This record gives sequence, structure tokens and C-alpha cells, in this order.
Amino acid sequence: MPNEIAMEPRLARSGADVVIRIEGITKRYVMGATTVHALKGIDLLIRRNEYLAVMGPSGSGKSTLMNMLGCLDTPTSGRYEFNGQDVANMEDDELAAIRNREIGFVFQTFNLLPRSTSLQNVELPLVYAGVPASERRHRAAEALFRVGLMDRLHHKPNELSGGQRQRVAIARALVNRPSIILADEPTGNLDSQTGREIMTLFENLHEGGNTIIVVTHEEAIARHARRVVRLRDGKIESDHATAHL
Amino acid sequence: MLLVETIVMAWRSLGANKLRSALTVAGIMIGIFSVISVMTTIAALQASIETGLTYLGSNIFQLSKYPLNFSVVGDSRFKNRRNISYADYLRFSRLMGTEAGLICPKVWDNGQQAVFGGRKTNPNLELCGTNEGFTTANDFQIEDGRSLSKEDVEFSRAVCVVGQQVFQRLFPQGGAVGQTIRINERKYEVAGVFASKGGAFGSNDDNTVAIPITRFFQDFGSKNRTIYLAVEARNQLVYERTKGLAIGALRRVRGLRPEDPNDFEIYSNDSLAAAFRSIAGIIRIGAFVISTVALIAAGVGIMNIMLVSVTERTREIGIRKALGARQREIRRQFLLEALFLSLFGAFSGIVLGVAAGNVLAAWLQAQMVFPWGWSLAGILVCSAIGIGFGFYPAQKAASLDPIEALRYE
Repeated sequence: MPNEIAMEPRLARSGADVVIRIEGITKRYVMGATTVHALKGIDLLIRRNEYLAVMGPSGSGKSTLMNMLGCLDTPTSGRYEFNGQDVANMEDDELAAIRNREIGFVFQTFNLLPRSTSLQNVELPLVYAGVPASERRHRAAEALFRVGLMDRLHHKPNELSGGQRQRVAIARALVNRPSIILADEPTGNLDSQTGREIMTLFENLHEGGNTIIVVTHEEAIARHARRVVRLRDGKIESDHATAHL
Repeated sequence: MLLVETIVMAWRSLGANKLRSALTVAGIMIGIFSVISVMTTIAALQASIETGLTYLGSNIFQLSKYPLNFSVVGDSRFKNRRNISYADYLRFSRLMGTEAGLICPKVWDNGQQAVFGGRKTNPNLELCGTNEGFTTANDFQIEDGRSLSKEDVEFSRAVCVVGQQVFQRLFPQGGAVGQTIRINERKYEVAGVFASKGGAFGSNDDNTVAIPITRFFQDFGSKNRTIYLAVEARNQLVYERTKGLAIGALRRVRGLRPEDPNDFEIYSNDSLAAAFRSIAGIIRIGAFVISTVALIAAGVGIMNIMLVSVTERTREIGIRKALGARQREIRRQFLLEALFLSLFGAFSGIVLGVAAGNVLAAWLQAQMVFPWGWSLAGILVCSAIGIGFGFYPAQKAASLDPIEALRYE
């Protein structure tokens, strides 16, 4: 599938390395009598193998943008192209297919299925992608190996530490070889030592060629990224490369 | 996503709430059990009745004070009728002349006990005072010795022909013919043994002892006793004519005026089978209605438990959707869970229902049967209930907003 997408002429014009192209997107919610303008016109271009941090105080539209980037939600207006596909006007099931193929989620609260083992959790995106069982197991084990959990394949989440759970979640995000890894406060529920280990893992994944977007309010986390986008009141306040250490 | 994966997932999440799943299954099981057990019993009885366990011989009809349906004995409608006496029988025989192939009077005493040496039967013998026509009239075969004869009746001899069960009880070594047994302290010489016939309608023909009717009235008295008159038509062609003449004859014997209704019943094997069918039909409708109500209640139970399950697993649904599950995959997972619950109920209900029905049938001495049609219907109905009542919860799960679902605590 990703190969077919890469052949589309639109992508050839806009540069083969552009993953996300956002032009003037807005998002309005109607909450009772009031209308909330969560996003007021955002432009963003994300290229392959970027390591991007999205920052902003609460109420800045950070979460809304993350939902948008993760194809969990669609904008009220504006253009959103993901690998050249117009996702702004997609139906729920089409968005689900994009999420399955193109996006690996890492959540603050890990969001693993509690009754399933590490292996079963990591297999889940492959199940929805229709990958046969034997290949699924192989690829899930490989992803767990990459995050250093080869010896925890058959443990359930409640038998793992917080750091290990987040590693399982990262393995799950990697397993479908997505175009982007989208992490929402990935260290928010971890102590600082474990948090640093997780950020080192992201570092390695970035060096391995992955595109990573981290949504955070912590400057220390954002410093790991190569580029920081700051939001305020539903608009981009600043967007610049970091002096990476 | 493959169906196998969905089945495994559905199975696992049901296993996570074993008690809850079991209770929901029990609801369906009870509904199916009630219909299957009743249908099995009826089918077993019907199979027995329609495949040869006949009460009367062919071309035979019977006239009596009571209908041959034990539930109505004691009903004042029948109880207040006059008994058919021995004198009535003799007059009836004279009036019938040579029309009938045979006329067999029967008078019953169902509480006697037979004794031989140290052996006893249970005190529930079906003792019948009758004549030489009994073997034919009640469709018996002689296994050993002979039937009652005309002379036995004429001279009121103290002889008897015993049923198979009585024979086995009193003479486990065999050799009954010529021996003398005692019933109510009176002696009877065994003239013959009936072959096994089985039973129907809660009676057991193998527990019968036949003695001459004349002897019966001497030994057991004639007070409060009514005779059942079995009449055999000479062949199928004259059956209806013989029956009409017999009704006319008995009306004359009993002095009925033309406008009076019959104060006796007429029945045959066919009418017994028909009577059974009509009773069976009513029971079937009753069982069907009860089961339908039970199954609808159980279906509501499934819907309720699935709604609880969807709410509890909102976050799981959010995770699955974030990872790429489409609506139909979520819907299918929850539908399958509902379907599993109802099918488990169906299968366990069928197994228990067939077992209970056949135990009851065996107790009523009917054949064992497996009600394929009703079982299949039960499975189909339960599938429909699982899908029907599971659809709304499944649709609710499928249409959850992934963002809201992920945020759910």
C-alpha cells in the first residue's frame, strides 16, 4: 500500500519527503450555547525523518492538533494531506485505515489492553491490517526485541513496570512500520530516570529513520526534538529548529 | 480482519467475566430447556403411540361410561352416569346378534396383589374380569398356555392369564402354566401367559391379569363396577355400520329416548391417537408461548449485559479504533459475543432439555427420541435473539468517537 501512495503524481510535485501538509486548518466545537475555536488556521509541513515537538499551554489547541495529526478527527476547514492523500474529508473507516497503516500512537497512559500479553498487544495493529497469524507473531516479537523486551513477550501489562509498559506501547506503534510515530506526553506517567530511557529510545528510532512527533508541555522533553512548534490560542506562535545537544 | 481473530477476541472477553456470562447464558438456557424438554416428551409419546403400542386391536371400538382419558375420571359429568352392568352386557350381546366379530366385556380392579410361593407382585395389578375375546380385543399375544375360553366364563372357573411382568415377577424360573397363584386370598390356576406389550397412557399392559368375568363378580363383587365393552367389526368395510348398530343397541339397553344424548363414550385406537394429538397440540402451544416469553426476557438480559460491557470497555474500544479497527470490526466483535452467549444457552438448553424429556419419556415407557427439528429451530431462534438484541449495543460500540473513548476513565 505505501508504495502505491508514493507513486501518486501530487506527491512527486510537492517533494517525495513530505509526510504531512497542513494548510489553514481550523476546528470549531459547539459546546452547548458557545462555540469554541480550538484551531484558528494552522499551516504545517512535516518531512520524512523529522523529529518534531508540539508545545503549548493547556487550552492552546495542542490536543486538538494532535487528534488532527493522528487522523482521529477531521478539521472544520482547511487542507490536510497525509502522504499526498486528502484526509480532511475522509469517512471514519477511511481514517481508521490511515491510522492503521500510517500512524503509530504512543499515549501518556500507555493504553494497552489489560487482559492481553505484550505480544498480543503489539500484534493488534497487524490484526486489523489483516496480516496472517504467523507473520504477525514474528513481526510483533521483532518490534518487542527492538524496544528491549524480548524476555517479556508473554507478560500482561499488570506484570510490567511503567517503563516496560511504555516500551510495549512503542513496539505496538512501530510494528506496522508507520509513516509517523505520534507520542502524546509519552513520559507523563513515568519517573524522570525511566522518562530519559524512553526519550533515548525515541532518539534511536529517529536515527533509524523514523518520523517522530512528540506532543508535550515539558521543555526538557521538547529539547530532544530537532524542531519545536509552539501553539498559543489556536495558532502557531513559533516554529524553529532547536539547538540540539 | 479475519473472522478467527474476532472469534478468539470475543471468546477471551467472555471468559474474563465468567459469572456474568454464565448467568446470561442461563437465561437463554432456561427458555430453550422448557421448549425442548416438553417437545421431546411429546415427540417420544407420540412416536410410541403411532408406532404400534396400541391399546386396542384393529377394527375394534370400545363403549364405556368414561372416556379413556384418565384425567377426567371423577369428573361429575361422567361419574353420575349409570354403570354398565353385566345384565346390560348380556342384553347388548343379544341385540348385536351376529353383527360383531366379538364382544368383549371388561371390568377392572387396579389395586390387587398376586402371590405365588414366597413371591409377590406390587399391589397395583390391573386385574380384569373379561371373556375369551380379551386377547384379541386388547391386542395381546399368547406366549405360553392358552387364552381364556368360553367355558371358563360359562362355568366361572378360577383360572387366569397373566401379563409378562406378573409372570416374570412370580415365576423367574418359568413354568407358570398349571401353577396356582393367589389374588386377594383366592386361588387361580394359570392358564396362559401374555407376551410383552408395553404400555401407553400411564398404564402398563404387562401388569395385567385376566380372569373370567363371571368369576370376577363372584370374587370381587359387582357394586360400583362398570363394564367396558370392546366390539370388533368383522372387517374394515362394515366398521362404521357395526359401530352405528352398537351405539343403537346400547342406547336401547340403557332406555334412552331418541332426543337423549349418549350417556356413554365410544372410542377406538384412531380416536385415542387423535385425542392425544389434540392434547399434545395444546401442550405444544403452551410450551411455545412460555419459551417465547422466556427467550425474549433472556434476550433483554443479553442486551443489558452487552450494554454494560460496551460501557466498561469504552477505553478498549477507543484503543482498538486508534489502532485502526473499523466500525464493522468493532460491531462484529460485540455481535459475536452476544451470539456466543445465546448459542451457549441454546446448546446447553438443548442438551438438558433432551435429557430431561427422554427421562420423562422413559418413565412413561415411551421411546427415546431426539427432536432434530425443534433443536434446529432453537439454535436458529437463539442466533436471531443474539444478533437481534446484540445489535444495538454493538452498533453503539462501533460508532463511539475514538477521542472520547480514549479519554474515558
